[in-house]
Amino acid sequence: MTSGIEVVITGLGATTPLGGDVTSTWDALLAGKSGVRPMTHDWVEKYDLPVKIASQLVVDPTEVLPRVEARRLDRSEQVAIVASRQAWSDAGHDDDTVDRQRLAVIIGTGIGGAITLLTQDDILEQHGLRKVSPLTVPMLMPNGPAAHVGLELKAQAGVHAPVSACASGAEAIAWAYRMIMSGEADVVVAGGAEACITAIPVAGFSQARTMSTRNDEPEKASRPFDTGRDGFVLGEGAGIMVLERREFAEARGARIYGRLAGIGTSADGYHITAPDPEGVGQSRAIAAALRSGGIDPSDVGHVNCHATSTPVGDVAETVAIRKAIGDHPVLTAPKGALGHLLGAAGAVEAIVTVLSIRDGIVPQTLNLENLDPAVTLDVVAGEPRKIKLEAAVNDSFGFGGHNVALAFTPA
Amino acid sequence: MSENVLSGLAEIVEEVAGVAADDVTADKSFVDDLDIDSLSMVEIAVQAEDKFGVKIPDDELANLKTVGDAVNYITSNK
Repeated sequence: MTSGIEVVITGLGATTPLGGDVTSTWDALLAGKSGVRPMTHDWVEKYDLPVKIASQLVVDPTEVLPRVEARRLDRSEQVAIVASRQAWSDAGHDDDTVDRQRLAVIIGTGIGGAITLLTQDDILEQHGLRKVSPLTVPMLMPNGPAAHVGLELKAQAGVHAPVSACASGAEAIAWAYRMIMSGEADVVVAGGAEACITAIPVAGFSQARTMSTRNDEPEKASRPFDTGRDGFVLGEGAGIMVLERREFAEARGARIYGRLAGIGTSADGYHITAPDPEGVGQSRAIAAALRSGGIDPSDVGHVNCHATSTPVGDVAETVAIRKAIGDHPVLTAPKGALGHLLGAAGAVEAIVTVLSIRDGIVPQTLNLENLDPAVTLDVVAGEPRKIKLEAAVNDSFGFGGHNVALAFTPA
Repeated sequence: MSENVLSGLAEIVEEVAGVAADDVTADKSFVDDLDIDSLSMVEIAVQAEDKFGVKIPDDELANLKTVGDAVNYITSNK
């Protein structure tokens, strides 16, 4: 880039089906743990849903948040608050470290406050208007997670909430990059939050035939790139990064995890849910990320894939990677362990990508036992692989044909 | 002033807004002293209606500035 501005990562926060914070999530991922468990909700049996498993939080946000604060927040907002507090503290920020007019918050979600919407609809049906919570709208609105975090941090450079299905979390990070590069902010708290394990999303995804029904083996259900994959596993959680202009971070002596060197976004213009099997739009996003970061494709050692464990999507992504980068990058798909966190997926997996560069280790793709012969790239399976990385790409794609690629490099 | 109504209202305020029941005294202003916003006031009013069997219309709710105002309203309209 000619601007001389660089974007670096100074803080990480997460709550996921593998752990209540970044360290426990990372350790569980490398240890080959799965976050997928049977759903014990009464509506699973009530509606005889074909899907009876989900990737569920290890630490419930209501265990971490004060009771009164939790009752005013939808679950998607609770996880955003939990992960943001971790990231803000991890970055070493306090009340005086950044002018609030130079601080932005960008947090995406795919579905928003579905649990609140459905709960309040039930209350309206059963008990009438006067029992409907006056907090219903701020709890169900998809900008709720961003708005609550923005309010807590008093961010005034902007508070935004990209909604692009399963690319939302990555799109938030891409948006943060643009705000810092354009000079609109010095510090951006960005990521994704999702918590919609409830009847309608599960029923709807089931009817679209997109979810795994391997109910008798929950931990083996999410298996990206494996010949036995039969759909994704719905997950919940949040991932948040603190991104800063490098000069600003260095001036305050911040610890730097890595650099967000470039970002690329595109749209397929192909189908509302199916990915283009030729991966044209996806490859354009990846190529754009490398171009904006001044990264030569030959320097990309690793791609942290979007691969959700669906038959069509996983293969299409590898076509796109070959097109944009080549045959050399080592791949992994963290959704084998995490399940699919929808609007939080891109953010949590971006965190995983940053840690892979920092530690020189790529986690294995859980449950990858028999590589789909249509995949001709090197996918890490069985155990983590040590590899020194000069650059790595994180892919995120969403229903609607949204494509986002983030290119990370060492600190 | 009804001590029963006051203590019952204090329980509701604690449940909804997290203010310790002991701090909910007659002289306190909901907004200025107890930091309760308009959304929480609606919740408190609905719970108070159920608990004490009163109706608190919106135009009356707007006049209940202090805890004492609310206790007096509830007591005289039960």
